[in-house]
Amino acid sequence: MDEALLRGLTPSVLTVLVRRGADFAAAEDAVQDALVEALRVWPADPPRDPKGWLVTVAWRRFLDATRADTARRRREDRVEEEPSPGPAPAVDDTLQLYFLCAHPSLTPASAVALTLRAVGGLTTRQIARAYLVPEATMAQRISRAKRTVSGVRFDRPGDVATVLRVLYLVFNEGYSGDVDLAAEAIRLTRQLAAAVDHPEAAGLLALMLLHHARRAARTASDGSLVPLAEQDRGRWDTAAIAEGIGILQAALARDRLGEFQAQAAIAALHADAPTAEETDWPQIVEWYDELARLTDSPVVRLNRAVAVGEADGPRAGLAALAALDPSLPRYTAVAAYLHERDGDLATAARLYAEAAHKAPDLAERDHLTRQAARLNALRRR
Amino acid sequence: MAKYLLLKHYRGAPDPVNNVPMDQWTPEEISDHMRYMNDFAARLEKTGEFVDGQALAPEGAWVRYDGEGRPPVTDGPFAETKDLIAGWMVIDVDSYERAVQLAGELSAAPGAGGKPIHEWLEVRPFLACPPTITE
Repeated sequence: MDEALLRGLTPSVLTVLVRRGADFAAAEDAVQDALVEALRVWPADPPRDPKGWLVTVAWRRFLDATRADTARRRREDRVEEEPSPGPAPAVDDTLQLYFLCAHPSLTPASAVALTLRAVGGLTTRQIARAYLVPEATMAQRISRAKRTVSGVRFDRPGDVATVLRVLYLVFNEGYSGDVDLAAEAIRLTRQLAAAVDHPEAAGLLALMLLHHARRAARTASDGSLVPLAEQDRGRWDTAAIAEGIGILQAALARDRLGEFQAQAAIAALHADAPTAEETDWPQIVEWYDELARLTDSPVVRLNRAVAVGEADGPRAGLAALAALDPSLPRYTAVAAYLHERDGDLATAARLYAEAAHKAPDLAERDHLTRQAARLNALRRR
Repeated sequence: MAKYLLLKHYRGAPDPVNNVPMDQWTPEEISDHMRYMNDFAARLEKTGEFVDGQALAPEGAWVRYDGEGRPPVTDGPFAETKDLIAGWMVIDVDSYERAVQLAGELSAAPGAGGKPIHEWLEVRPFLACPPTITE
């Protein structure tokens, strides 16, 4: 069975129910039931018209649920009389779903979960596994999110920027469990970029594609991190890079620069370099300057210090670093790297060990500990 | 079956036999250690005895309620003397002897010089639900 096809149909099935008069929360539950049923039934008995099948089953589930609720009988009568809809203008409705699921009244975690379920067509169990929480917890999070947006009008345009932030969060979560969240984020961003005319949607899609292209090279066979400069560039996905660069160039030509386009431009410059030594660092520094003007983010200035260190030498990088707050995440790791480049191995080793102590995840901690160990071994020789 | 918590400490446990900080090992020794730990967890998953494993950051804070309408009081960073948990593994095994055996294997993970660390691990039984049949 093609699970991607099934998931791709989710938003349009959901909007059919909403257009027939079902409220969003009930319709979403019904579609989820239909998806679970499809996962069970389709492998042995695939339908000829998958979307028609899903609409029929979801609508029946919705009516059953509504009938069971006597307090809702009046509404049931109304929806029973509703005429069946004409041909579906799927694109605009899907866009409305994105806006609803990323509504500013939702917390980021709730918006992510609701988007993955209502737009992405993932089951609660899959989402729970991907985020390593119990299924009951995730089910609660989703139903609370649906209650939060229950009063939101379905026909008003929302803010594309909030949707992009939610998709960016999903992408950054990477993958655990049986769902590849990065691939799912790309699928949803691609769908969004097709539905909305927004250079930043294209910029985010390009950014994701360019990072995803390097994924296979980013970890060694033992699971340890491989830094960009040491990656086997032959393992980069050249088709994804070409697609990302094409999308980015078209977006940049619109002359409405945003942070995702600028980040994608930096990723594209890395992807473009046949070897690490051939990286166009001066141009990367210029893009970081652009990005700093757009976002005023200290994290951007930290990354800029690394780029300055490559473009103008480690001393210049350390000078750029000196202007920043040492409590910034990864500040110590950057300082360690620049001191190593500057030839001060003792300071670098000490800082790598300190950075490992502060690392936010295990892979990074192991990587930084290894860097400290490598330098300490060199110094002992 | 009974559940046990295997606790690993940053501080507070007696010193291990092979007591060299990890940044003083060679990179190969670090890789060997990581492989041993991953293989251990994978093996327990295969035998149906693995429940959960998590690692904790060394930084954190004490927090307590400070009365109605007031924000909680926080105190940190932790004093150097504090017993500091580094992470845990939860296992579901047939007997206390099996839990001890597994903790012993985990403590044999290789460290500096490729020799076992002999790290002290804390083994703590979960308080179980009351059994249905007691007579």
